[in-house]
Amino acid sequence: MKKTLYTLLFLLPFNVLASGGGMKLDSADIDLSDIQSLERGAKHYVTYCLGCHSAKHIRYKRIALDLKLDEAEILKNVAPLGAGIYDQMHSAMNAHDAEKWFGTTPPDLSLIARSRGADWLYSYLRSFYNDPSKPLGVNNAVFKDVGMPNVFWQLQGTQAAEIHKVEGQDVVTGLRLEQPGQLSPKEFDKLVNDLVNFLVYVGEPVQLERQQMGKYVLFFILMFIVLAYLLKKEYWKDVH
Amino acid sequence: MKQKMNQYSDWLLERFPLSDLWNEHMAHYYAPKNFNIWYFFGSLALFVLVNQFVTGILLTMNYKPDAKLAFDSVEYIMRDVNWGWLVRYMHSTGASAFFIVVYLHMFRGLVYGSFKQPRELIWIFGMLIFVCLMAEAFMGYLLPWGQMSYWGAQVIISLFSAIPVIGDELSLWIRGDYVVSDATLNRFFAFHVIAVPLVLLILVFLHIVALHEVGSNNPDGVEIKKNLNWKGNPIDGIPFHPYYTVKDIVGVGVFMFFFATVIFYMPEMGGFFLEHANFIPADPLKTPEHIAPVWYFTPFYAILRAVPDKFAGVIAMGGAIVVLFMLPWLDRSPVKSIRYRGGLFKKAVLLFVIAFLGLGYLGTQPATPGATMVARVFTAVYFGFFLLMPLYTRWEKTKPVPEHLTPQPTLEDRIPAIKALIEEVVEVRQVPDNLGGTIPKKGPNWPGIQAVLIRFAKNLKKSLD
Repeated sequence: MKKTLYTLLFLLPFNVLASGGGMKLDSADIDLSDIQSLERGAKHYVTYCLGCHSAKHIRYKRIALDLKLDEAEILKNVAPLGAGIYDQMHSAMNAHDAEKWFGTTPPDLSLIARSRGADWLYSYLRSFYNDPSKPLGVNNAVFKDVGMPNVFWQLQGTQAAEIHKVEGQDVVTGLRLEQPGQLSPKEFDKLVNDLVNFLVYVGEPVQLERQQMGKYVLFFILMFIVLAYLLKKEYWKDVH
Repeated sequence: MKQKMNQYSDWLLERFPLSDLWNEHMAHYYAPKNFNIWYFFGSLALFVLVNQFVTGILLTMNYKPDAKLAFDSVEYIMRDVNWGWLVRYMHSTGASAFFIVVYLHMFRGLVYGSFKQPRELIWIFGMLIFVCLMAEAFMGYLLPWGQMSYWGAQVIISLFSAIPVIGDELSLWIRGDYVVSDATLNRFFAFHVIAVPLVLLILVFLHIVALHEVGSNNPDGVEIKKNLNWKGNPIDGIPFHPYYTVKDIVGVGVFMFFFATVIFYMPEMGGFFLEHANFIPADPLKTPEHIAPVWYFTPFYAILRAVPDKFAGVIAMGGAIVVLFMLPWLDRSPVKSIRYRGGLFKKAVLLFVIAFLGLGYLGTQPATPGATMVARVFTAVYFGFFLLMPLYTRWEKTKPVPEHLTPQPTLEDRIPAIKALIEEVVEVRQVPDNLGGTIPKKGPNWPGIQAVLIRFAKNLKKSLD
C-alpha cells in the first residue's frame, strides 16, 4: 500500500517534460496603462506589419478611444492614408498576391498575443538570423523555418546564429549581432516591446477596463457576503 | 387593496397548487441540520446552470453558427457588443465552474454514501446529468471555431470510427461530412442550444423530485426520517426554507467571489479555461502539434490514451463513466458515511483521488512513454477503486453509526482554533527601526509550520485507520 504510493510519487516527475525546444524566451515588459507606448506600438504596427498582416478585429475608432487620441490625430499619425475612423485594420495586400509571394496568406494578428503570448512575440521578432539556405535569406531561432522576412533588418542590423550540435541535430544556442543597424540594440528592443505591448492590447482591448472594474465587483460581492452571512446567522440562532 | 390582492391570489390558488408546491419542496421540506461545506455544491450547480442559460441566450443573439463567420462573430461579441466580453467570459468560465462544482458535488455523494439505498435513483439521474453536461460542453466547445475547437472535435468524433463494422458510417453520420465542417458546426449549435439543455433541465427536475421524495443524506449518513417528533417532522431536520435558502445564499456569495476573480483577472486561467490555440481560427489543413481537450475531460482522455488499442481505449473511456453508474450496487458496506467506514475504504478513496487528479494532469500533457506508463497505473487504480469495491467494502470493519446527527461546528466555533493555528505559524520579532527603538515585525515561524505539518500528516494517517 505504502509502497505503491511512494512508487507513484517517484514516477510523477518523469512526465514533467520540457516541451518544444528552441531558445529560451526573453520577457517583454507589458504595461497597458502606458498609452504612449501603445501609441508608438500602433504606429510601428502600421509602418512595419500592416503591409502584410491585418488586425481586422480592431477599429481605428476603438484605438482612438482607448488611447485617448483625437480622431483626426489618429487618422493623421497612425492610420494609413485613406483609412476611415470606423475602419478595421485591414491590410493592403490581397490573399491572391500573398499566396504567390509567400506561399501562404500572412495570418491576421488581432489575437496573436493571446495565442502565442507576449514573451514569445518579443523573442521571436528579435531572433531573426542570416541563413543563406532559406529563400528569404533569414531564419528564426524561436520559430524555425518561418516564411517571414526580417522586416526590421535595417533597424536591427543582421544577426548570425551560434549553432551547436545537440543529439546530432543543429540547434541555435545564441545569436550575435553581425552588422549593427540604424538603432542601438537597446532602442531596437524598446521598439519591439512597444509593438508587442500594442499587440497585447489588440488581443483584448477591454482587458485594462476589465481589471479596473474587477476591484469594484469584488468589493460589492464581499459586502454581499457579509450581509448574507449576518442574515444566515440571525436565522440559524434558533437551530440547536 | 389588500382584499383585492387576496382575491387574485385565491383565484390563482384555486387553479394552481402553488402553495402546496412551495411547502412540499421548500418550507416543509426537512433537511438534516448538520450539512457542512460539501453541501453547498448542489445549489451552486443550479446557480451555474441558470448563469449558463442566461449568458447563453445572450450569446446566441450575436453568435453566427457558420464556419465562415463563427470565429469572427465571437470576436465581435468580445469587442463590439456592449458588455459582450463579460457575457462571453461568464459563459466560458461558467462551463469550467460547472464541472468544478459538479465534480465536488459527486465527490460529496461518494464519501458520504449519498448514492446508497434508498438514493440510488438520485445518483442515476445525477450521472445522466453528468453525461449530458459532458455532451453539452463538448458541443459548445466547437462553437468558437478555433483550432482547438476544431481538432478536439475531430479527434473525439473520430473515436466513434474505432467501433467495428458501423464505426465509419457512424462518425460520418455524426459529422454530416467527411471532416468536421460547417454541417457539423450547425448541428452542434442546434444540440448545444436547444436539445441538450432541454434534456438537462428535465433531468435536473427529476434529480430534485427524486431527492425530495426520499430526503437528503448528510455527513453522518443517518436517516433523519427514523426519528420523528410528535408533529411527524424529523427531530434532526430543519425546513429547507428559510434555513438552507439563507445558508446557500452565503455559498453563492463566496462562489461569486471566486467566479468574478477569474472573470475579471484571469479569464483564460492560464490556458485551462480558454486554451491558447483556440485564439487561432480553425484550419482544416493545419493540425496543431499538441491536441488537448479542456481540463474537465482530461482524466477520461488520459484513460483513452493509456490503452494501446484505439477501440479498447474507447471502451475503457466509456467504461470509466459506466462504472460510475453502477456505484450504488458495487458498494456493499452497511454504513453510508466515510466517518464510520473502515480504513480500507478511506485509503481507497485517497488513492482514487490521487489517480483521478493524476489522470487529469496527464491528459493535458503530451503522451510520452513515461507519462503513458504512469497513466496506465492510474487507470488501473481508477477501475480498481470501483471494481474491487464489492470486496473491500465487505471486508472492512465499520464503526458504530450514532442514532442522531453529530453537531456540525459553525464557522465561529472554529475561530479560536484558527487563531491558535495562525499564532503558531507566525513569528513576531522585534526589529530595530530608524529612531533607535524597535518595532514588531511578523514573519513565518518555521518550527511552528513544521509542527503544524507534522500534526496534519499524523491526523491524516490516524483518520485513515
